[in-house]
Amino acid sequence: MDSMAPFSDPVLSKQSAEAVIHLAKQYIQLTGRKPVFMEVCGSHTMALAKTGVKTRLKDYVRLIAGPGCPVCVTDQKTIDSMISLSKESGRILCTFGDMMRVPGSKHSLLEAKTEGKDIRVVYSPLDSLQIAEENPDKEVIFLGIGFETTIPLLAAAIQEAELRGLTNFSVWMTTKLVEPVLRALLEAGEIHLDGFLLPGHVSVVLGKESYSFLAEEYRMPGVISGFEPVQLLSSIYKLLQLCLENKSEIINDYPYVVSESGNASAKSLMSKYLQPANEVWRGIGAIPKSGLVLKENYQTFDAKNKFKIHVDPPRKTKCRCGEVIRGLAVPEECILFNKACTPANPIGPCMVSSEGTCAAHYHYMREE
Amino acid sequence: MCVGVPSKVIKLEEDRALVEVMGSKMYVGILFVPEVKINDYVLLHAGQAMTIINEEYARESMEEWRKIIDGQHGTLF
Repeated sequence: MDSMAPFSDPVLSKQSAEAVIHLAKQYIQLTGRKPVFMEVCGSHTMALAKTGVKTRLKDYVRLIAGPGCPVCVTDQKTIDSMISLSKESGRILCTFGDMMRVPGSKHSLLEAKTEGKDIRVVYSPLDSLQIAEENPDKEVIFLGIGFETTIPLLAAAIQEAELRGLTNFSVWMTTKLVEPVLRALLEAGEIHLDGFLLPGHVSVVLGKESYSFLAEEYRMPGVISGFEPVQLLSSIYKLLQLCLENKSEIINDYPYVVSESGNASAKSLMSKYLQPANEVWRGIGAIPKSGLVLKENYQTFDAKNKFKIHVDPPRKTKCRCGEVIRGLAVPEECILFNKACTPANPIGPCMVSSEGTCAAHYHYMREE
Repeated sequence: MCVGVPSKVIKLEEDRALVEVMGSKMYVGILFVPEVKINDYVLLHAGQAMTIINEEYARESMEEWRKIIDGQHGTLF
């Protein structure tokens, strides 16, 4: 789209970076330290690394990756359960490509597929309905991970399955919500933050108003950002402005995509089929009401209800993904990074995922 | 996972739209953007249009940012 092209213009990007650095220097002079911002979205983490914005700003702004990559925050036990789910015959597991190589305690879904299990990568949860219709003698299970961007698609698949009267389709729900994890991070107080770079695509569903708690309850500024270099730099610039003016406000710096109240159709579909439930986050633990599960009336579509899976406690590794997700460690501080753990042989999900912090650092920020 | 791809709507059917995305054409769901019209730009995620992109706002944001960069807001640089 023509009007979006200038957001990646190299000359404007360079000028934008200089503008951010100019403002960051003022902040450093005033406070004696770099401003610390957390990007909540995995796509931001990857975009900041890939476009060079993070490297360009590293001496002036500390950008920390937060728990915004859905694969990375999926806990080990859930991954083990998904792999265990694939082992029974007569089942077809459907998932997004990102999940295939995430290591469980012993195997990944890709290894299970190599061993002959029927595991299929689909583009959309709705694609798995077609597979269910074509295989009436098999149970088709969609591995439903994701944040608020993806959750409406899971609800849409359940609605469509209900309309088509499918009885051999279910979803293994392990969804995550942004607000509860941001609250948990701020309540834990493990890390000092000056502001949040808020997720562009999750905000399409949630809307700007869903972040007002940050400013009102925690006095924490936040800026909703797009993903191109100029968009990222513009949002960091606006965060710096808020910090320098000591304002705790939420700015929508992606107004051409994100509205004030979000997507009403998506929210309505989610609330029809789903209800809040406690979720376990990798490296963080259980957070009350931080996920959505199927309501009582729709239990026939709930794979956790349909198939009882028991897995042993996960095997412990030296992987520090849990700390990386909480902003307490950078990938380079993990003893496994770029040694035992690489994209070709990942130990933890932050190296597997296309939105993972370790993968971002490995591909774009590694010093040889 | 939360990938958003801008695409142009070129044909509308009952519950889906034909969109052009980076030179390719594909059908996507329009469940979440029932008000979408032909020639609108939408942001796609996993086969569904999640929102309509407002081109006018995009241009305005760009202009606002250019003014900041050009120092036209006066006191910034």
